[in-house]
Amino acid sequence: MPGVDEYRAMIEAALPGATAVVHDQGGGDHLAAEVVAPQFAGISRIEQHRLVYAAVKPYMDDGTIHALALRTRAPEAQ
Amino acid sequence: MSDTLTMSDTEILEQIQREVADNRVFLYMKGTPDMPRCGFSNQVVQILNLVGADYGSRDVLADPRIRENLSTWSNWPTIPQLFVDGQLVGGCDITTEMYQSGELQELIKQ
Repeated sequence: MPGVDEYRAMIEAALPGATAVVHDQGGGDHLAAEVVAPQFAGISRIEQHRLVYAAVKPYMDDGTIHALALRTRAPEAQ
Repeated sequence: MSDTLTMSDTEILEQIQREVADNRVFLYMKGTPDMPRCGFSNQVVQILNLVGADYGSRDVLADPRIRENLSTWSNWPTIPQLFVDGQLVGGCDITTEMYQSGELQELIKQ
C-alpha cells in the first residue's frame, strides 16, 4: 500500500509549485491533506479539491484511499 | 422516493438531475437524515439541521448505480454531496468550512 510520502509526491507532481502535507488518520486509507498550490488562485474550493482528487485518482478509484479530507488554499499574494 | 432497482442507468441519471433541479437544497448521503450510516454524511446532516435548511436527500447505499451515475455527472468522487440551487457545493470538508465561516448560512438563506 502506498504511504503518505507517495501521495504527497503525486499531489506535488500534479500541481507544480504546490506544497502538500498528507496525514494518515488511521489504517493508511483514511487520509487528510493540506495543500497550498498556485493553481488554486481564483478558483472555487470545489475546483481546488477536484485537482487534488485527480492527482490521486487511481487510488481513489480502486478504494486504496477510502477517505481524503482536504484543506486547500492558494499561496499568500506576494 | 422511487425505487431505482428496476431503472436503467439513463433513468437513474435523469432522476438525479430532476432531484437536484426540483430541490433548492439536496443531499446525496449514506443512510438517511434520521439514520446516517457514515460519519461524513452525519456531519453534513447535523450542519444542515443547525442552519435550519429545508432539504431533500437520497440514500446512495440503496443502489450502487446511484453513486456511480452521480459521481460521473457531478465530477466528484466521494459521498456526501450537497447541492444548492442546482450547483454542487461540496462534500463534508467544504460544507464544514463554509458553515464555520458563515458562507453556508448566507447561501442557504438566499
